[in-house]
Amino acid sequence: MSVLVFVEASEGKFKKPAFEAVTYGAKIAAMLGVETHALCIDEADEAELRSLGDYGANKLWFVKNELFKNFDPLVFSKVIIQAEAQTNSDVLVLIQSYNGKAIAPVLAAKLRAGLVSGALDLPRIENNSFLVKKNVFSGKASATYEMHSAKKIISLMPNSIIPEKTVNNVELVELKPEIADTDFKIKIKEVVKASGTTTLSDAEIVISGGRGLKGPENWAMLEEMANILGGATACSRPVADIHWRPHTEHVGQTGIAIRPNLYIAIGISGAIQHLAGVNGSKVMVVINKDPEAPFFKAADYGIVGDALEVVPKLNEAFRKFKLGN
Amino acid sequence: MKILVCISKTPDTTTKVSFTDNNTKFNSDRVQFIINPYDEWYALVRAIEIKEKSNAHVTIMNVGGADNDVIIRKALAIGGDDAVRIDAEADDAFFVADQIAQFLKTEPYDIVFVGKETIDYNGSQVGGMIAGLLDLSFISLASKLDVDGNTATLERDIPGGKEIVTVQTPFVVSASKGMAEARIPNMRGIMAARTKPVKVLPAFASERLTSIKQYALPKEKAGPKMIPSDNPEELVMLLHNEAKVI
Ligand SMILES: Cc1cc2nc3c(=O)[nH]c(=O)nc-3n(C[C@H](O)[C@H](O)[C@H](O)COP(=O)(O)OP(=O)(O)OC[C@H]3O[C@@H](n4cnc5c(N)ncnc54)[C@H](O)[C@@H]3O)c2cc1C
Repeated sequence: MSVLVFVEASEGKFKKPAFEAVTYGAKIAAMLGVETHALCIDEADEAELRSLGDYGANKLWFVKNELFKNFDPLVFSKVIIQAEAQTNSDVLVLIQSYNGKAIAPVLAAKLRAGLVSGALDLPRIENNSFLVKKNVFSGKASATYEMHSAKKIISLMPNSIIPEKTVNNVELVELKPEIADTDFKIKIKEVVKASGTTTLSDAEIVISGGRGLKGPENWAMLEEMANILGGATACSRPVADIHWRPHTEHVGQTGIAIRPNLYIAIGISGAIQHLAGVNGSKVMVVINKDPEAPFFKAADYGIVGDALEVVPKLNEAFRKFKLGN
Repeated sequence: MKILVCISKTPDTTTKVSFTDNNTKFNSDRVQFIINPYDEWYALVRAIEIKEKSNAHVTIMNVGGADNDVIIRKALAIGGDDAVRIDAEADDAFFVADQIAQFLKTEPYDIVFVGKETIDYNGSQVGGMIAGLLDLSFISLASKLDVDGNTATLERDIPGGKEIVTVQTPFVVSASKGMAEARIPNMRGIMAARTKPVKVLPAFASERLTSIKQYALPKEKAGPKMIPSDNPEELVMLLHNEAKVI
């Protein structure tokens, strides 16, 4: 028996969610008294692969095959199942990323394994029960799921646990799946990357604007704040609907759900549907000219004032702070 | 072309969530239920747009009890041709996916639509599980879909951008924002929906792999620390020293 963690690399590098997932898998393995295996299908060099050992992986299975530049959840599941069989794993950990969301349910169906997607915390393992917590109702509540199947799959919500380094000597093993070009039924024709530096779902700091900003011309100061702090910009739904900002920035119950360390909401009223997608943020700052704006109830810090006056001053203060640090 | 659109029933987005029975059951008292927005606004409307262009047949699929007929009729009013309801409680994603997969074995469809996720359990699971059970291609989080004969071209969300892919029917697709614009059913649609066939099937033998043991509401915040608008430096210091996020 063991725990198998499926990690993704982006352009040859692992990002924080990969280290979180390995830490998470290693902790479950420790609870069960078993080994931790990690599997990486993406391209990454040896040093990069070894870095996963620092977070507790005993064995790292890697695949060297150009074909996997394509993405097809059926094929990826096949490879994971091969690793699962070789490692005799009962618990599989994935990341709740775009690709993770595509692979995990396909894998779960093939293994007839229970799946908790977007786990927030380590499982509680009591006698024969395996309990995992996740958010439900788009962040309005959380629920503890009991998993009844022999095989269990957990996809971990990024930014939910802190990656922890341990001393460990990871063993690298190449996995050679029997996959042919024709197995990929989904063909990638083109990849379009937005120009922004930090993507919204990965960003640790998010600067978000609402209808209170009056018009798209006032976003320059939000972008400036995002630049100073190394964050990404976001917006409320009406702002995307009236095309002040692209739809990819719309956060909330019907947009992207995010959980940054810091969320700064500027000129956003704090409607229940908006809060649903952002209340997983660790710290929330609200800037609104209306002291009665509902968002203040959910905030950690608040400033009552006109955004057009407050934000430039705040940018100045952030800039000074960054220069001094 | 035959298109199956899977819809789920969810509480309205304005619902204040609460629980009963020692936080083990969702309190549906005075809750207004709707079609899950991703299923209705994007999956269903895109299916209807395809039908309007190419003579496809659109079937609405729901796993649930008789009280779900209200949302099924609404989906028919928006433009579905007929509906199938599998009479079982939808309380585990695998169970629901297995019901739909077993139905698809008896009656194949070219495109199976699901929404990106439901706004109640946020699983994003059913579509991928149907695909896994039937070995169908699965395109998740698609924001655009065009079909030409047996070939579909889709745009799929990836970190920081989009991927344009092609795939042959049959396949399963989960619809995200951008795939279509929400439609409001008109009077003619509502009248027509009354006589459209809704087939009720008994549940297929299957199993439930997960269950919810306990719910919890987020901790109430103590209330924000207010900072005077002429002292942004104070906020910066608090974010650095107290919150430790910058
Ligand atoms: C089914 C459904 C789903 C929805 N999903 C989402 C979702 O996913 N995400 C989402 O965001 N919304 C969603 N909504 C919409 C939501 O209900 C609100 O309408 C929306 O969030 C409001 O956006 P807003 O705060 O930008 O605008 P408003 O509500 O108009 O608020 C503007 C705010 O700006 C403040 N303001 C005005 N001028 C200034 C100024 N000069 N300086 C500072 N503050 C100022 C005002 O006091 C006010 O609080 C959904 C609605 C429905 C019905």
